[in-house]
Amino acid sequence: MALSYLRSSSSRSANLLRPLSSAASLRRPISTDTTPITIETSVPFTSHQCEAPSRSVETNPSELLTFFRDMALMRRMEIAADSLYKAKLIRGFCHLYDGQEAVAVGMEAAITKKDCIITAYRDHCTFVGRGGTLLEVFAELMGRQAGCSKGKGGSMHFYKKDSNFYGGHGIVGAQVPLGCGLAFAQKYSKDESVTFALYGDGAANQGQLFEALNISALWDLPAILVCENNHYGMGTAEWRAAKSPAYYKRGDYVPGLKVDGMDALAVKQACKFAKEHALKNGPIILEMDTYRYHGHSMSDPGSTYRTRDEISGIRQERDPIERVRKLVLSHDLATEKELKDIEKEVRKEVDDAIAQAKESPMPEPSELFSNVYAKGLGAESFGADRKEVRATLA
Amino acid sequence: MLAIARQRILGQSFQKIRPAVSVLRSYSSAAKQITVREALNSALDEEMSADPKVFLMGEEVGEYQGAYKITKGLLEKYGPERVLDTPITEAGFTGIGVGAAYYGLKPVVEFMTFNFSMQAIDHIINSAAKSNYMSAGQISVPIVFRGPNGAAAGVGAQHSQCYASWYASCPGLKVLSPYNSEDARGLLKAAIRDPDPVVFLENELLYGESFPVSDEVLDSSFCIPIGKAKIEREGKDVTITAFSKMVGYALKAAEILEKDGIHAEVINLRSIRPLDRSTINASVRKTNRLVTVEEGFPQHGVGAEICASVVEESFAYLDAPVERIAGADVPMPYAANLERMAVPQIEDIVRAARRACYRSVPLAAAA
Repeated sequence: MALSYLRSSSSRSANLLRPLSSAASLRRPISTDTTPITIETSVPFTSHQCEAPSRSVETNPSELLTFFRDMALMRRMEIAADSLYKAKLIRGFCHLYDGQEAVAVGMEAAITKKDCIITAYRDHCTFVGRGGTLLEVFAELMGRQAGCSKGKGGSMHFYKKDSNFYGGHGIVGAQVPLGCGLAFAQKYSKDESVTFALYGDGAANQGQLFEALNISALWDLPAILVCENNHYGMGTAEWRAAKSPAYYKRGDYVPGLKVDGMDALAVKQACKFAKEHALKNGPIILEMDTYRYHGHSMSDPGSTYRTRDEISGIRQERDPIERVRKLVLSHDLATEKELKDIEKEVRKEVDDAIAQAKESPMPEPSELFSNVYAKGLGAESFGADRKEVRATLA
Repeated sequence: MLAIARQRILGQSFQKIRPAVSVLRSYSSAAKQITVREALNSALDEEMSADPKVFLMGEEVGEYQGAYKITKGLLEKYGPERVLDTPITEAGFTGIGVGAAYYGLKPVVEFMTFNFSMQAIDHIINSAAKSNYMSAGQISVPIVFRGPNGAAAGVGAQHSQCYASWYASCPGLKVLSPYNSEDARGLLKAAIRDPDPVVFLENELLYGESFPVSDEVLDSSFCIPIGKAKIEREGKDVTITAFSKMVGYALKAAEILEKDGIHAEVINLRSIRPLDRSTINASVRKTNRLVTVEEGFPQHGVGAEICASVVEESFAYLDAPVERIAGADVPMPYAANLERMAVPQIEDIVRAARRACYRSVPLAAAA
């Protein structure tokens, strides 16, 4: 997703503020510049049963620009989904991720597509992080053929198996044992890859999580449980649902790390650390301290259980995109205008994808009966009126 | 007896001149309309007021006022000791609810949808349904499990399943499913007062619908007997059984069939377990034809049991094969056009009824 963008170095003003580590006599185009820069995370990591990684994160201009662009794209996508829902082009449930983008983006920067990710229903951006296209997102949301699940899944059921993204799950907590199962299979197959199983603070109290964690620890599975703690399980604040909201400690005998989930670099560092740990020592928990600007879903205003001051406060102090924007500007990696141009491009990409998605047709009626089984054995299936509509499952 | 007869006549008049105000403004039949949501809320309120052992438990039932606003105002009225917000942990809080019922309290446990009850189903079946039997009557379980069941609109495969047939197959459970506001009030009150575990299957799409209710229904002592179906519309040509939202569809189908001279009798089951086999069979013995309607999956469904009952008890009275209308035999698709095909529509019921009356065109080719 890197921007292919060339700039001449001569129009730059003197770079007095450029950190020493990236000093170079000739200025290369920012988008492909991989000169290492070291940046400190917003806060140090807090650890449980392990030694925290350093808060100095290695990055480079190219990566930071990619972070900016990818998060801006995700942000715009979710806001566009809000409008589409209100226009009734999206039906049913729609759980938006805006505010939490740094988790998806930072995680991808630390791992490969051989590593698996599984999450709950707030999955649009996670899907995009795994390489899903905007067209697949919007077409799926609108129930069209070009959707990632051919229109049959909907918002909560995005998948991308070819990049090891296993969904997209509607039942709170279910994705965690499933994720541990992916990790089991990776170890069994000797793939040297790991699984990130994401869940929310609401799901953190689910019994099945602890059952799966116990087994993962016993069997040394390369499972990384990532609690995206946005502090509210639907309308219930974490302190009302959890006796101990220190989710990174809830693994007890399983080590954990608390991470500023609004800082993409911190997320990257933590995921890199976790992957190394999981491959050698089994499960680890990452708690991402993050925030969702929208309510739980489109039918929740999100303001009956939180104050508007709290929401706007986070937006002002901790917004993940603004954080990267400030970094990019203070390290002189791009101008304000360049960043604004990126945002404009991203907006256009989103608008184009929506237009294209609207052109995609609804699924063919025969799709009602496809994919019930992988191997249908010629079994019969029926429509609502079994004498009027029946099909043979191939 | 007279009161019931009067109520039934008035009920039918409401059908014919719906949605106008009742012209028969006589005795106690006020033309007040309440939504199913209001009916459920008032039932909970009255039962909590009448019996201090009744308490509510579930996700977002308190401070959020209920995910679908069914429990609105109850936290404010009864306090946090009787309206409890739980974490998102169905297995845990359902077990806790059943344990409280063992001790003699009367919990009303809400599942945000019955799809999530699958996380707790061991407690519903093994801890609640079977306890009175296993303990030879020492431990009865006066608990109600309630919440929306079945398809909503566009919520996808994991949020659309109907659990009527699964729960109704289990001895020890009572399974109720209201259609209108009168049902909602009367059946929920009966469920809360009942000493056995009751699974109370509501429907999200019905919450906002208004229905006329008489003063009798609005009285706090109002109760509908468990185990009795209601004949919503009398007819002589074909029996149509339904529950929950499908009752509304069946009634609309009956209006369409009326134009063809087919007088359908619509039975609102109200109670899936115990199933009112005698009302169903008496009706089929009168009409000689049966169409069962449900939203859930067809195989081993509620309709399958009804068909079996009729074939067993009233075989000689059947003049046509029994017909089943059910949800399509596939996980619920998201796309609007596919979802429409996956859920029964009024025309499906009409078509099946015509077939049962031998007034349809030959069967369509396979899909």
